[in-house]
Amino acid sequence: MGIASVSSISAVLLILGVVLILILTINNIVLETKTKFDEIQIYLEDGLSNADYDRIENRIRDMEGVLSLVFISKEQGLEIMKEGWEEEAYLLEGLEENPLQDSYIIQLLDIKYAEEIVSNLRNIEGIEDVKYYQDVIDKLMLVANYIRFGGIVIIGALMLVSIFIISNTIKVTVTARRREINIMKYVGATNGYIRGPFIIEGILFGLIGAAVSILIIKFGYEYFFKSVNDKLYLLFTVYLVPPTLLIKDIAIIFTAIGVGIGALGSLVSLKRFLNV
Amino acid sequence: MIEFQNVDKEYDNNVRALVNINLKIHKGEFVFLVGSSGAGKSTLIKLLLKEEEPTAGRIILNNMDITKVKNRRIPYIRRNIGVVFQDFRLLPNKTVYENVAFAMEIIGAHPKEIRRKVPMVLSMVDLSRKASSFPDQLSGGERQRVSIARAIVNSPPVLIADEPTGNLDPDTAWEIMKVLSDINGRGTTVLMATHAKDIVNSMKKRVVEIHEGRLIRDEQKGGYGNEITSF
Repeated sequence: MGIASVSSISAVLLILGVVLILILTINNIVLETKTKFDEIQIYLEDGLSNADYDRIENRIRDMEGVLSLVFISKEQGLEIMKEGWEEEAYLLEGLEENPLQDSYIIQLLDIKYAEEIVSNLRNIEGIEDVKYYQDVIDKLMLVANYIRFGGIVIIGALMLVSIFIISNTIKVTVTARRREINIMKYVGATNGYIRGPFIIEGILFGLIGAAVSILIIKFGYEYFFKSVNDKLYLLFTVYLVPPTLLIKDIAIIFTAIGVGIGALGSLVSLKRFLNV
Repeated sequence: MIEFQNVDKEYDNNVRALVNINLKIHKGEFVFLVGSSGAGKSTLIKLLLKEEEPTAGRIILNNMDITKVKNRRIPYIRRNIGVVFQDFRLLPNKTVYENVAFAMEIIGAHPKEIRRKVPMVLSMVDLSRKASSFPDQLSGGERQRVSIARAIVNSPPVLIADEPTGNLDPDTAWEIMKVLSDINGRGTTVLMATHAKDIVNSMKKRVVEIHEGRLIRDEQKGGYGNEITSF
């Protein structure tokens, strides 16, 4: 019975943890991406002539809001990538052909010019891809909001379930000690005195449940981080939040909520089954 | 010490358990509360223990109006009353000593005090030799004496006994009455609800009779009552 209580608390906390990490990660990505907000990166088609390059450069410089234009050849691009990959850079040595494209990095005067410049860029011949982070951010924020909303609903429901489960577990203890409690009341024990041991029992469930879920999150996320983080950066140029930053706060939040659920569960139980 | 002023108690289903009770019990008195089952004796006791609230009237206990007190004051009121029940109500997993000590622990008494008082009351009820026994090793009379010891260990001014001899044979019942008399002799006010005709008739104490919720008799040195009113 104690296991049921501890498990239900752990379950709530685990889901809470996953939601929190997801939201934190997305926020982190958004923050990092925002620094690139004032940049647009355009990728050029292969096989353009010098005249094409000039044409494109001039068109861009003419646009309102363009601060500067920097050209990155595909060779330079590869060098930058090798630096970024560090230890895994040896993987890039084996490439026969440079898979990257020539690109320009356009620095904007102000974000407000971005939308128009982007739509103009899309109309220029020779530009294969326009990478601008606004849509990415918009999509991420949308996802984040869904996660936050869904998360709150699920967590809220689970918390109620936990409290219910714990209150039933404690009911067994309460009923078993009903005679004792009855005598305590006649002899003049205060409700607080009577409640004490039960609340401690509930808090203990909370602590154990929190400890279990903290450990799961710690090892689970560390493993996840180790196996996925580098690849994530390669693919999407984003980082996950490092575990060391998270763990302390998660530990504190989990402990607080676990203890809260445990204590509440026993209080509810006492009220329901014993009118104490 | 105990005073009921125009007390009514009507339950939700319109059952009038007590009607216009006026009763005054002074400090140090020994009062029998008699009446047939359902007449209202238990209700009266429940009102004193704050298990129920009166529908009307006032109840004074130990010079304090306990009629309308907040719920959180109730434990403190009860600490002034020692209660002894017909079914003893001892904790089966605790020894005699522990059962009595329990009453002191609950009110936060100092361990030294506990070690001093518990043996004292155990000897008062003549159970010193059984201090380490468990309730199931005791006779009915011995168990009731443990209950009494527990009831008086905190030196309450009032002792309420609700059919304390109900589960005992006549001889043992008398032993208990001796203990209660003793306690009363030391100054504790005793209110005892009972059906034990012989005991009431022989002890010649004040008798208060309740019939269908009303107080119909209040006699000093009274007897149990004639057959017409108690059936």
